[in-house]
Amino acid sequence: MSTIKNFSQMTVNAIREGTVIDHIPPHNLFKVISILGLNGINNQITFGTNLESRRMGKKAIIKITDKFFTDDEINKIAMVAPQAKLNTIRNYKVVEKREVQVPDTVTGIVRCLNPKCITNNEKVTTCFNVLSKTEVTLRCHYCEQVMEADEIRIL
Amino acid sequence: MKGKSLISITDYSKEDYLEILDSAADFEKNPDQPLLQGKVVATLFYEPSTRTRLSFETAVQRLGGKVIGFSDVNSSSVTKGETLKDTIKIISNYVDLIIMRHPMEGSARYASEISDISIINAGDGANQHPSQTLLDLYSIRKTQGTLENLNVFMIGDLKYGRTVHSLLMAMSHFKPTFYFFSPEALRMPSGYKHFLKEKGIKFVEGSDFVPVIQEADIIYMTRVQKERFSDPIEYEKNKSVYVLNNAMLEHTRPNVRVLHPLPRVNEINLDVDDNPKAYYYDQARNGLYVRQAIICKVLGIK
Repeated sequence: MSTIKNFSQMTVNAIREGTVIDHIPPHNLFKVISILGLNGINNQITFGTNLESRRMGKKAIIKITDKFFTDDEINKIAMVAPQAKLNTIRNYKVVEKREVQVPDTVTGIVRCLNPKCITNNEKVTTCFNVLSKTEVTLRCHYCEQVMEADEIRIL
Repeated sequence: MKGKSLISITDYSKEDYLEILDSAADFEKNPDQPLLQGKVVATLFYEPSTRTRLSFETAVQRLGGKVIGFSDVNSSSVTKGETLKDTIKIISNYVDLIIMRHPMEGSARYASEISDISIINAGDGANQHPSQTLLDLYSIRKTQGTLENLNVFMIGDLKYGRTVHSLLMAMSHFKPTFYFFSPEALRMPSGYKHFLKEKGIKFVEGSDFVPVIQEADIIYMTRVQKERFSDPIEYEKNKSVYVLNNAMLEHTRPNVRVLHPLPRVNEINLDVDDNPKAYYYDQARNGLYVRQAIICKVLGIK
């Protein structure tokens, strides 16, 4: 089986304690880093991108030492990495695997596509109600415009 | 304390609609009731809408309240670059209620979140204009005696017309059958049709309303705007298809009424105006009573 998996594990160093976020679309790696606020913390972080993946073709992976995420925190990346898997590592072993869940509301991550929306014209934190979680469909809490999956743009 | 606001027609339930219609019927019998004595209401109109503003201001005055505000953005600090947030924060210190019209969609929802007092949305861009929808409901119930099981024709621009979308949402509580007639380019958006299917509400879609006009209880006309067409020839072909004239009403049901949110351009021929089935002027008058009822409801005074 997993020569590919081993390859990606070798490419990015193993960590002793912390979190591995796997199966991130490479083009959204830096969005995930930004959404999780990883650019502002002091923990050791390693990441790899454009790694081969049987499921996704190419993928990115992030390993963060001594950092653990609540569901609410991690679900924020659902808009950019809906297939991401979260592995909690204790003493080099995966002790928990979690999948990202699309939340009921998305706050401050997505930009409204409507140029006449107040959120694009004044400093207002965007907020969307999730109408569908399979083919992610969002409705702006403010202008009520509906956005389909392919129209969703990250701030 | 956060006030109750009316921003979107879907903020209200069927029971809320009926409560407002009953209250409006009472104001129609007696419009001068001093329920707002000692209260001050701000009307903030960031874009002009003379009829809506005067209707709201008359409603306040007939309730014995006082009005402050602006009807034009050039006479406010907005021209100095003041944000909507700051304007709402400041003015909500002065008054008991804010009625606002703003070109940005979602502006009224945002205002309701930063204000401690109630907000009534008098139109936020192409999004919502709930007092229009409630006065449409009032006009329908008044002329038909009921809101239930009616055949509602919607004619004209069904794609961009916010009034037809809001009316569709509001009427969906009352088991209507909808008939949609529009140019191909201005069809009812699929999201609304999907919503109707999910709720099990019947609708028919077509291009020519004349052959079936005898089915109508309500004919709701809207403006087909020239700027919605990329091809001017398409506009010329379509504009006269969606014009209602007096002869078309000849074999319609006796109870049928023609509604229009106004302003009209040419989509209702002037020869319809004197037909007793024309109801758009009365519809506009009903706006006063409905707005009195809405003001009292958001302030919790009736």
